[in-house]
Amino acid sequence: MNELLIKPSHELHELLNKKEVSSSELTKLFFERVESVENKVKAFVTLTKEEAIKKAKAVDEKISKGEKIGPLEGIPIGLKDNLCTRGIKTTCSSKILANYLPPYNATVIEKIIAAGAVPVGKTNLDEFAMGSSTENSGFFTTKNPWNLETVPGGSSGGSAACVAASEAVLSLGSDTGGSIRQPASFCGVVGLKPTYGRVSRFGLIAFASSLDQIGPLTKDVTDAAILMNIIAGYDPKDSTSANVAVPDYTKALTGDIKSLKIGVVSDLMGKGIDNAVKDAIKAAIKKLEELGAVIEEVSMPSFEYALPCYYIIAPAEASSNLARYDAVKFGHRTPDPQDLLSMYYNSRREGFGPEVKRRIMIGTYVLSAGYYDAYYLKAMQVRTLIKQDFEKAFAKYDVLVSPTSPSVAFKAGEKTGDPLSMYLSDIATIPVNMAGIPAISLPCGFSNGLPIGLQIMGKVFDEEAILKTAYAYEQATEWNKQRPNL
Amino acid sequence: MALTIKDVEHVAKLARLGLSEEEKTTLVDQLSKIFGYMEVLNKIDTKGVLPTSHALPMKNVFRQDKAIPFNNTDEILANGPEVEKRMFKVPKILD
Repeated sequence: MNELLIKPSHELHELLNKKEVSSSELTKLFFERVESVENKVKAFVTLTKEEAIKKAKAVDEKISKGEKIGPLEGIPIGLKDNLCTRGIKTTCSSKILANYLPPYNATVIEKIIAAGAVPVGKTNLDEFAMGSSTENSGFFTTKNPWNLETVPGGSSGGSAACVAASEAVLSLGSDTGGSIRQPASFCGVVGLKPTYGRVSRFGLIAFASSLDQIGPLTKDVTDAAILMNIIAGYDPKDSTSANVAVPDYTKALTGDIKSLKIGVVSDLMGKGIDNAVKDAIKAAIKKLEELGAVIEEVSMPSFEYALPCYYIIAPAEASSNLARYDAVKFGHRTPDPQDLLSMYYNSRREGFGPEVKRRIMIGTYVLSAGYYDAYYLKAMQVRTLIKQDFEKAFAKYDVLVSPTSPSVAFKAGEKTGDPLSMYLSDIATIPVNMAGIPAISLPCGFSNGLPIGLQIMGKVFDEEAILKTAYAYEQATEWNKQRPNL
Repeated sequence: MALTIKDVEHVAKLARLGLSEEEKTTLVDQLSKIFGYMEVLNKIDTKGVLPTSHALPMKNVFRQDKAIPFNNTDEILANGPEVEKRMFKVPKILD
């Protein structure tokens, strides 16, 4: 494989600046790679080659005129297909949006365009980001580049797989209950879920509005910091976006974590976590200690309730958000509807897949008269307890660590028959979304040739602490240099 | 907690979601299991705990009540399943 295909964006940026490679050459190289491996990996729903070639040419012209280019200018990027791209199909991997052409760009897409990144295409996901394997995609399942029989994780499975398979340098995903971090863990890449409100959700097709957040999937921690610099910030178009100053995240990458206080979440190191995963996390913790961090165990008793709590709150919000698919102004409409009601019933029956239907049903049920207090209100109270557990822990520790996922990538088809067992694979990532805090997953080992991910969680708006910790660990290890053999 | 076909049909109607007979049967089984699992929440005492709807403090965001023109209505209409004279067409709702 060409060396350029495995380099992170900050190294390619140097080469572009030194004119050792042009963005057009890079783009050509990546599309050749897509052509040779995409039939195996199936990371993309839509490829945007023409667009990419045009963008790359424009960047090359700038370079040839001696103009300064930004850190992501001319760099091939994958975009999760729930981010609205004007005039480019945005499907959410759902049949109901199979032909949807957004009339506007998501704010993050505007930012990526302004940054001059080259779009490779729109990546596959579990339909409406509901799932942990991409098996719920309405079109096809993405494969894990490390072992094509296993899943890439989800819902941002396409975004993780395209980076792992070197079909793009980096990508954007979204994370509602682990949808960036779990696929990053399964595919051996870095994935960061920012603080709720850190990145504008305008133009991110909504799943669960109080939990959704857009973030980077990258080859290393430096690239995650670079992409965060571009996408973070207040947006008047998103009323939940936070008006909090954005630091230069690359400044956090010092490699120095001496005296940093790290809490190991003991509740995520016991029952239900595979031994190989536990061993890798223990070894990672030891490494962090060697680097000067102070390690202690911390218990988060509310975590036991985080999963059922999430599977009430997220579907409740989803059932409300997905009410907009009424076949009136956009999306699939059943042919020749007899009346308005049958248009709703049949369009939604034909357009939504089984998992989306299941979640709409769960959400509608928990919000319906007579059940609201027992489920939805109760879940919102438990959410308060989860938040309080984090607040207590962060009064003592700078960051918390745990496995990202209880196992390495599982085989395709292994969990599709039992939705509950699929839900359980989000056990370590969900509490983070419930509390709105930031967290990163980065490679920390292998089991049976499949990557293991270390999750580092931080205080609200303290992405710097998790980037700093992750960077120090990455510099001291070689895990992120491993590449799948495709 | 066991759901019945009737429960499933009622909720599906609230959600304006068409389901085949087979889907209904599957959902009775799956939803019963999922809600059974959620009963673990009864173990935790939440008396007096304030509910959290957003993780971070949120307040209403106001702006000037000023229309901002959107000059791309053609692309909005192009997504319409059925469009006539620049209007979205739906089945008749009044006789």
